[in-house]
Amino acid sequence: MFAISDKSIAVDELRDQVMNPGSGGVCVFEGWVRNENEGRVVQRLEYEVYAPLAVKEGEIVIAEAKQRFPFLAACCVHRSGLLEIGDCAVWVGVSAPHRDEAFKACRYIIDEIKVRLPIWKKEHYIDGDSGWVNCERCANV
Amino acid sequence: MKTITIRYFAMFREHAGLGEETLELDVATAEDVYEQTRNRHGSTEPTGHCKVAINDTMAEWTSGVNDGDVVLLFPPFAGG
Repeated sequence: MFAISDKSIAVDELRDQVMNPGSGGVCVFEGWVRNENEGRVVQRLEYEVYAPLAVKEGEIVIAEAKQRFPFLAACCVHRSGLLEIGDCAVWVGVSAPHRDEAFKACRYIIDEIKVRLPIWKKEHYIDGDSGWVNCERCANV
Repeated sequence: MKTITIRYFAMFREHAGLGEETLELDVATAEDVYEQTRNRHGSTEPTGHCKVAINDTMAEWTSGVNDGDVVLLFPPFAGG
């Protein structure tokens, strides 16, 4: 399941969603808003998301991960809108019978989501300035 | 000439000063559409950094565009 949310991510509810009696564990990645980027003090973030395509592409990424690293359940939610320092911006959870699939699938999902989904991040700096952040891998193409 | 609706996102929307416009364009590919908007709105981003979708499906810059298509121009993604 992939979703975009304009509200705080309910981490405990998502964890319950990936619980499965056949799973030996869950691997979770939480992306948080940090207070610094490239030497500038960040006050808050703003995510713009084109939801129709982001959801479609997010579901494709999860299906690809399952094909490569068979798991029992996976869930990913990405925030949109204004976020404060420390807020959870993205949550990925994968449960599987064994840890290897869970770790690999979780890593695959977060890595692909960062470069393939139509999501843009605007940083608002403490000095009042703001700027769109360019994804590193895209910028190096 | 083809009637093409162009949608701008994030940095592109701010550069263009609008979210969407419909234009009559002499274009064959998504890249042609982008070039014409660059001339119109002065964006300097090379296509290698950016992505494009046609009618809500991710596409290549070399993808053909047809009369009535909606072309979505995406600046570099920055999720996560």
